[in-house]
Amino acid sequence: MARENARLQGKKRLARLLECRLNGRDRSDAVADNVLLLDYLREKVGLTGTKTGCDGGECGACTVLIDDRPTLSCLTLATTVQGKRVDTIESLGSDGQLSAVQRGFHEKLGSQCGYCTPGFIMASAGLLRRNPNPTDAEILEALGSNICRCTGYVKIIEAVKFAAALGKQGVAP
Amino acid sequence: MNKTVPAHNIGSYVPMIDGPEKVSGRAKYTADILALGMLAGRIYRSPYSHADIFAVDVTEALKVPGVVAIVTGADCDKTFGVLPIARSEYPLARDKVRYRGEPVAAVAAVDDSSAREAIRRIKLTVRELPAYYTAHAALAPAAVLLHEKKPGNIERDVLFELGSTTQGFADADLVREGTYNCAEVCQNQMEMHAAIADYDAVRNRMTVHASTQVPYYVHLMLSQILGMDMSRIRVIKPHVGGGFGCRTETLNVELIAALLARKANACVRIVTTREETFITHRGRPETDIELKIGMRKDGRITAVECDCDQRGGAHSGYGIVTILYSGSMLYAIYELHNVKYLGRRVLTNTPPCGAFRGHGTVDIRFAFESLLDQMAAELGLDPFAVRRANLLKAPTFTDNDLMVNSYGLPECLDWTEQQSGWKKRKGKMPKGRGLGMACSHYISGASKPVNWTGEPHATVKIKLDFDGSIVVLSGAADIGQGSTTILAQTVAEVLGLDLARVRVVTGDSEVVPKDNGSYSSRVTFMVGNAALDAARNLKGVLVNAAARKLEARPEDIECLGEIYRAGAQDKGATFEEVVTEALKDSGTITVTGNYSTLPESHGGKKYRGAAIGGTMGYSYSAQVVEVTVDEETGVVSVDKVWVAHDCGKALNRLTVEGQVQGSVWMGMGQAMSEEAAYHEGLMVTANMLDYRVPTIQDSPPIEVGIVESNDPHGPFGAKEAGEGSLAAFLPALTNAIADAIGIRFNDLPVTPDRVFEAIEKRKRALEKMPKKNGGA
Repeated sequence: MARENARLQGKKRLARLLECRLNGRDRSDAVADNVLLLDYLREKVGLTGTKTGCDGGECGACTVLIDDRPTLSCLTLATTVQGKRVDTIESLGSDGQLSAVQRGFHEKLGSQCGYCTPGFIMASAGLLRRNPNPTDAEILEALGSNICRCTGYVKIIEAVKFAAALGKQGVAP
Repeated sequence: MNKTVPAHNIGSYVPMIDGPEKVSGRAKYTADILALGMLAGRIYRSPYSHADIFAVDVTEALKVPGVVAIVTGADCDKTFGVLPIARSEYPLARDKVRYRGEPVAAVAAVDDSSAREAIRRIKLTVRELPAYYTAHAALAPAAVLLHEKKPGNIERDVLFELGSTTQGFADADLVREGTYNCAEVCQNQMEMHAAIADYDAVRNRMTVHASTQVPYYVHLMLSQILGMDMSRIRVIKPHVGGGFGCRTETLNVELIAALLARKANACVRIVTTREETFITHRGRPETDIELKIGMRKDGRITAVECDCDQRGGAHSGYGIVTILYSGSMLYAIYELHNVKYLGRRVLTNTPPCGAFRGHGTVDIRFAFESLLDQMAAELGLDPFAVRRANLLKAPTFTDNDLMVNSYGLPECLDWTEQQSGWKKRKGKMPKGRGLGMACSHYISGASKPVNWTGEPHATVKIKLDFDGSIVVLSGAADIGQGSTTILAQTVAEVLGLDLARVRVVTGDSEVVPKDNGSYSSRVTFMVGNAALDAARNLKGVLVNAAARKLEARPEDIECLGEIYRAGAQDKGATFEEVVTEALKDSGTITVTGNYSTLPESHGGKKYRGAAIGGTMGYSYSAQVVEVTVDEETGVVSVDKVWVAHDCGKALNRLTVEGQVQGSVWMGMGQAMSEEAAYHEGLMVTANMLDYRVPTIQDSPPIEVGIVESNDPHGPFGAKEAGEGSLAAFLPALTNAIADAIGIRFNDLPVTPDRVFEAIEKRKRALEKMPKKNGGA
């Protein structure tokens, strides 16, 4: 109740200094302790590639990598990534080239409307970073909590396999 | 000799030209546009299903720090709706609320938490009215009317009989009836609804970014609702995260954002929650169907009688069109005579339904193909044979005056029968496994648009300037289906140029020609033809310029894309040289391309609403579904789908495959798990866990066969590819389940509990039966 009253009186929550390594660069921002990582990325940093697709933990569109591990940024408080590596869709690709997973989703049409795509790509990149040669079952498991409404997933599976094949030629996931 | 040859792309696998943005996070959707000083908008929604509004008190809400403006029904007394004949909806309810979730008021505040707090302090005073959550309840004689002008709570009834069903049934060897129920389903597109409205008070101008399939319709409705001249409004459609019909009409969200922006004299962004997106779904209505078919021993259909009730929700939306499609699209797939259709679109206290992929055709097709399958079995006929016994002989006009030119259904049947190994496997599957098949079809855009103005159906402009880049300007709304790519391909193909030379500008009313929007699978056909026309016109300009430059006659000029030459021995002129020459005439070159549909494709006049269903070309689909049913748990797994789709000509094989797979899969969701469920008008499945969309682990391999019937009017022969394959999945699935376990499901979705219950019921019935004495 006290918290509710504080909010009603327009008092701001406590802000902390969040220091993390975001997309390969160190960052520090004052962030209120109730801010979600998703909102921090989108509204504070302006990295809108990470998408909001649901009211929390339903769709996977907001998936980012925290220390290489696919994580739902909508269920993560921003302040919990203190001192960690956070990678979003914007971090992929280098030297003007798409990454292997990005190429897979583009060239094999794993992406139609594109809205779920950043989440799928980050979940796939996370998979290929820890397991460069996934089996079909491993791909399905890694992407089991991401929803796509356009593709029927057939071409998403092809995209990930294509990316794994590119990985063997040395293209980073 | 110059070895340059024209570049070709049509018919190949072409990744989408806007793919790189989508895979890199650079594609901007409406909610991604962050303007400085933008206000956050939130909507207060009715907690009542049906009530007279006495007061909407916003006094306390206005006191919340940070609140800039609040709008209620009192701020707008104009109605909106996609059909000019059915505009019954206020952006914010006035006098009455008709469903739980109907917008009543909206707040613009400096941040989202202030807006949410203000919403909590709005007080709505009402007198509750009886509410009706099923079509049956709303049709009761004593039911209170939702809309005064709609007696019996019927939005629209349709009745026609073409031929004589009495005679048709008398001629039949077998007559069967079936009753079917399909649950309401939601598009549940991945991007939640969003709108940004920016009001410029100094110049009295409104700019709206909207996640819509129909920017032009949004433009019209903004003008109507705001009472602003259309020339003062600008509508921008950024990237859109899917639609599937949800956004084929203007939604409250867009209009409310604009009302708030004007009142606050500011830029207001509304991003709805997933729950709100569900409530404003405009999905496929719950449908009850009674179907009766007469059939001869050889499988030929002699008569059809179909009764269809749709639970339309609280407002019309596209409802009138939906109930008409359900009747008219009984035709144009098989040879049918003696058809009677009775359709009722019912107003209920649930969120308004609308146009969902396969608009109006899906539930009817489920019933029809289910009953065909059942009757085929009874007559000892193969399901493929029954379809083949009823094929159309194209070109033809159906009894309800629908024009059918190209007809690839026979080839679709052949492909699926062969690829699935049907002949060898059907009826010989192990216990609990089965094969089922079905067919479906869809229009390539309604020949006559909703807002009939007499203009060409589609217009495309091409700009060519000093830099030699071809800029295609089109209002076609790419919502992920790839229309932008198809336009680029079309223009590049005609000019023999590499796709990299072509850029496509869409989605800004200030820049691009008007387009009716992305719905009813119209874009490739209509806008594609307009692009074809524009590209040919541009080629004409370039050929004339080349003729001048090369001192030859235009008819002797050969266009090789990057080279124009007069005869094989001529060195010719480069594309850049030809462009420079062409610019001498007029400066910057702009050409226009138009497309108008043929009057004979506009459908008939034999009954009221008979024009609905008329198109320039129908797509056709045949499907085989293979299932395994776990009789212990009732879980059905789809092991594989084979689908053949006649899209006339695949302009882009990659995107055709993607569209067909997506359609089939969306049909699978409706057939197996998706259902919008309500408790006293409150949607209890308004999240993606309870509204169960198939995951990657539930989804089967889908093998696509592309059938090319080369439509005489389609661009390069193309027809639609994005909707026609959805409907066939539903009956193909239940037909496969019937093959696997001998139980036929007429109600959707076929969830494990329904299957389990049916299996248990059969077990109990078998136990009760007297045991036969084996030796007797």
